[in-house]
Amino acid sequence: MDTPQTHQFKVIGTRPVRHDGLDKVIGRAKYGADYSFPGMLYGKVLRSPYAHARIKSINTEKALRLPGVKAVVTHADFAPQTTAPVYRMGGEAAVNPLYLASNILAKDKVLYAGHGVAAVAATSPHIAEEALALIEVEYEPLPLVLDLLEAMKPGAAIINPDLRRKDKPDEQTNIAGEFQFKRGDIEAGFKAADIIVEREFRTEMVHQGYIEPPNALGIFPGDGHATVYTSTQGPFDVRIMSATLLGLPEGNVKVVPAEIGGGFGAKLTVHIEPVALLLSKHAGGRPVKMVMTRTEMMRGATGPTSGSILRVKMGATKEGRIVAAKAWFAYEAGAFPGSPVWLGCFTGLSPYDIENFLVDGYDVLVNKPKTSSYRAPGATNAAFAVECVVDELANRCGMDPLDFRIRNASREGTQSVMGPKFPRIGYIEVCEAIKNSQHYRTPLAQVPGKYRGRGVATGFWINGGMQSSAIVNVHADGTASLVTGSVDIGGSRASTAMVVAEVLGLRAEDVRPAVADTDSIGYTDGTGGSRVAFATGLAAYQAAHDVVRQLKERAAKVWEISPEDVAWVDGKAISKKNGAPPLTLKELAPRLTRTGGPVTGRANVYATGVGPAFAACLVDVEIDPETAKVQVLRCTVAQDAGKAIHPSYVEGQMQGGTVQGLGWALNEEYVYDEKGTLRNASFLDYRMPTCLDLPMIEPVIVEVANPGHPLGVRGVGEVSIVPPPAAVANAVSMAVGSRITDLPISPPRLFKVLAARRG
Amino acid sequence: MPRVFIPSLLRKYTGGQESVVVPGRTVGEVVRNLDQQFPGFRNQVVEGDDLKSSLAVSVDGDIAVGGLLEQVRESSEIHFVPAIGGG
Amino acid sequence: MSKKQLVETTINGEPTEFLCETRQSLLESLRDVLGLTGSKEGCLTGDCGACTVLVDGRPVCSCLMLGVEARGKKITTVEGLAEGTQLHPLQQKFLEDASLQCGICTPGFLMSAKALLDRNPNPTEAEIRYALAGNLCRCTGYDKIVRAVMNAAKVMQGR
Repeated sequence: MDTPQTHQFKVIGTRPVRHDGLDKVIGRAKYGADYSFPGMLYGKVLRSPYAHARIKSINTEKALRLPGVKAVVTHADFAPQTTAPVYRMGGEAAVNPLYLASNILAKDKVLYAGHGVAAVAATSPHIAEEALALIEVEYEPLPLVLDLLEAMKPGAAIINPDLRRKDKPDEQTNIAGEFQFKRGDIEAGFKAADIIVEREFRTEMVHQGYIEPPNALGIFPGDGHATVYTSTQGPFDVRIMSATLLGLPEGNVKVVPAEIGGGFGAKLTVHIEPVALLLSKHAGGRPVKMVMTRTEMMRGATGPTSGSILRVKMGATKEGRIVAAKAWFAYEAGAFPGSPVWLGCFTGLSPYDIENFLVDGYDVLVNKPKTSSYRAPGATNAAFAVECVVDELANRCGMDPLDFRIRNASREGTQSVMGPKFPRIGYIEVCEAIKNSQHYRTPLAQVPGKYRGRGVATGFWINGGMQSSAIVNVHADGTASLVTGSVDIGGSRASTAMVVAEVLGLRAEDVRPAVADTDSIGYTDGTGGSRVAFATGLAAYQAAHDVVRQLKERAAKVWEISPEDVAWVDGKAISKKNGAPPLTLKELAPRLTRTGGPVTGRANVYATGVGPAFAACLVDVEIDPETAKVQVLRCTVAQDAGKAIHPSYVEGQMQGGTVQGLGWALNEEYVYDEKGTLRNASFLDYRMPTCLDLPMIEPVIVEVANPGHPLGVRGVGEVSIVPPPAAVANAVSMAVGSRITDLPISPPRLFKVLAARRG
Repeated sequence: MPRVFIPSLLRKYTGGQESVVVPGRTVGEVVRNLDQQFPGFRNQVVEGDDLKSSLAVSVDGDIAVGGLLEQVRESSEIHFVPAIGGG
Repeated sequence: MSKKQLVETTINGEPTEFLCETRQSLLESLRDVLGLTGSKEGCLTGDCGACTVLVDGRPVCSCLMLGVEARGKKITTVEGLAEGTQLHPLQQKFLEDASLQCGICTPGFLMSAKALLDRNPNPTEAEIRYALAGNLCRCTGYDKIVRAVMNAAKVMQGR
C-alpha cells in the first residue's frame, strides 16, 4: 500500500534553501518597522504607573500644543463597543470587543501597571515621547490584587465589577471562568491505588520573548478605507478587530502582513494596530508608525502567559497502572478574562489512558496584564505538574519513567480527556524514540563536588485545523507561484511550496511562495495552533491538484483525446490511450495559451483530520552546590511530526520550543513588587537563554502518519515547549534528592532548597 | 441513534447523565431533540443560529466544521468541546 | 529642538554623509535617516544584539551608540556583508543550515559571527557560544546557528 511512510517523495523530506532566506541574510526582508511612507508620523502610548486605579480625568491640551504633535487619542475615540461577542477570532473563542478596546486604551479604570491610557502621533518618535510627559492624567488609586489565591477569596479587591459568581449571581468575583472534565468514579479509583502522590506546584507569568517589538503602520485617510502594515500572525484577525474598534465594515480595512520577527502566539491579536489607525485618522490621514519598546511589551501591553497554581493527585497500582487522577488548576488571566486554563485542563492528562479522573480549572483575574497565547497555551503549566507527579509514581513503582508512561499510554481509540476518541497518534513511538536514543542509553556520569540528574517528561498538544486559502499560478516557463494568507513565522512558505512542487513535479525552488494581503487572498485563519503546514499545506495540496486537473484537460487537447484518458503520474501527464510521450509541466506550460489560456489552481479549506502531537524531552543537568546554578549538560527531544516536509525546519521548531521550555524551567519569570510594578521588564533582567547557557539540542523526528492528511502531516510548531519544565524539574529533583515544585528553578530558589537540605 | 456526550458542567441539565442517545440527522436536530427531553440544554450550547462562540462540536472524533449543520449518522458520537486556539 | 549635525563616515565601504539629531542613535540614523533597515531594533538597551554592526571591525550594538559617534569611523552593516552577489560564507551557511526561522535576529548574529571569524578563524564551539552570547534568538534554540558558524569557518579555511 502506498502510504506517506512508504511513498518515494522527490521534494518532501528534502532540505532545500528556503525561498525567503536570501532576503533575510542580506538585510532586505521588510519587517513591519522597516516600512516608511512620505509624511509619516510616529506614535507612542502613555501607560499607567498604577496597577489599579480609576481614571478621573485626562487633559491632553499641553501635549497637543507641543510643536510637532499632530494627534492625541484616548479610549473615547474608539467606536462605542459592547461586551457581546460579535465574531470568532480565528477558530478561537470569541473576543469581547469592549474588553479588547479597553485593554488597548483603558476605559474608566487602569487594571495593571503598563495599561495604555492615551496615544500621541508626532513628527518624530522623540517628540511623541516628550508629548506623553505633557498629558495630564488624574488617577484615584484602588486596592489591588496580585496573588492568585488572594484573588479567589471572598472579599478580595474586585477588578471587573460586572463579573458574578456562577452559584451566587449577586456576589462579585475575580473568577472569570470555571471548567471541568470528569469521567468514571474518582473515589473508587483512588481506593484501587496502591501508591498515591499528591503535590502542589506553582509557576509564574512568563513572556513569549519574540525579538521583534510589535509594530503597526496605519494609514486612514478620510475616504473610509484603512490600510495597516503590521508584523502579525493573523492578518484577518487584525482586519476584523481593527474594523470593529474603528466602527468600519470589515472589508474597508486592508491588512498588509509584513515579515514577522517571532510571535509565539502573542501576535495573534491586535495590540497597537487600531491605535495607529485612530491616530492617522485624527492626524488628517498621515501614515502613523508605531513600534513598542521592550519595556512596554514586557509590562504587558502584549500579554505574557499565565502564572498558575496546580494541584495534582494521582494513584497507581504497584504494577504501574494509573487508576485515578484529580487535578485543580488555577491560572492567572491577568486584567481581563481568558487564560488558557481549560487547555491545561484537558491537555495535562491526555498522554494517559485513565479510567477515573476529575479536573477543575479556574480562570482568575489579577492586576497584571491580560495574558495572551504562548506556544501550546496552557499545556506547559499543566504538564509541568502532571509529569512531575507521574515521575514520582514511576519511581515509587520502581519502574523506568518511560516504561511507566508506555504502560499507561493513550493510543488510537483511547477516549481523550475532552471526550472524543484519539485517531492514530504517536505517543508510544515518541517515548520509545527517547528510550532508544544514544542519549538515554548512555548512563549519566557523576562528578565529585557537583549534583547531577537526568529527567524525562512528555507533552501533548491538540493542534489546530481551521480555515485556509491557497492559489497556485502556472507560469509560461513551467514554474509556479503559490499565494496564501498564512504569515510565515518559521519556514512555512518553504514547506507549503514544497507540497506544491511535489504534486506538480517541480523542484522546490521552481515554486515561488508569497503571503498576500487581506484583499488578495481568501480568508485564512492566523498562523497559530501549529496549523499552517497542516491546513495551509492542505489548501496548497488541493490547489496544486486543481492545477493538475486543468493540466490533464490541456494535455487531452494537445493529444486530441478525452481528459479521462489522461493520468498525472510523478509530475507528468500520461496518455492512457495513444502512447504519446508524457508531458511535464515545463513542456505543457508553453502550450497553455493555445489550449484555453492561463491556469490557476485554487482551494479553500476548513480543515478536518487534525492530527494531535506528542513530544518527549530528556535532559541531563549539573548543579553547582555553591551557586545553585543549573547547567543543562545534554538535551534530546523527540516529537511526532506525522510527516516532516522540510526536516530542518521541523528540527528547528523542536529545538526552539525546547529551549523556550528550558528558559521557562530555569530562569524566566515575571517579578512584581507589592505595587504591581514589573521589576524585570528588560531582556537584561528577564533572563532568556543565550547560546552560552545551552548545549546542542538533539532532535529525533518521529513520523507516525496522520490519517487525516493526504501526506500524513501533523502540526509541529508548539508541542516541544510542553515537556522541558517537568523534565528539568525531574532531573533537578533527582540530583538534589528532593522534589522541586516551583518554577523557575533559578539560583535564588534552588539555593533555598539546597540550604534546607543541608540543614 | 446518535449518542451525545454531555460536558461535565452541563450534566445538571441531564440529571447527571454523562451521555444521552437522541434521534437526529444533524447536530442541530439532535440538540433540538435533546432540549425537548432536557429543557434548557439548548440555551447552554446555542446562540442565535450557531453554536456558542466559545464552543465547538466534535462528531466521531473530528471537529465538525459545519457546526449545527453537520450531518450525523445513526452510530455517531457527538461531543461538545471548547473552541480551540493556539500559539 | 536640537540642531542637526553633519556626520562624515564610511558605511559599507562607501564614504557617506548624513544629518542627524544629536539624540539619535546610530541605529536610528542607519534605519530612519539612511534607509538601511537591515539592522534590527529588538530592545534599544543593548541586550538582544539584533542591531549589531561592526565599527572599525568590532561588533557594537548600534542602539547604544549615537549617530554622531560614527564620525570618522568605518561602519559595516548586514547590507555590506556580501560582496556584490557573492554571499559571505556565513550568509551561505545560515541559508543551507536552516539557521533562521523568523530571521529578525539574523543580521545581528551574522555581524557578531563575522567579527569572531575575522579575529579567530578557527573557533571552538565554546568560543562561538561565548562570542554570540550577546545576541538573543528566540526561535532556533541556537543549535543551527552555532553549526552554521562552525561550517562557515571550515569553508573560509578551505576545509
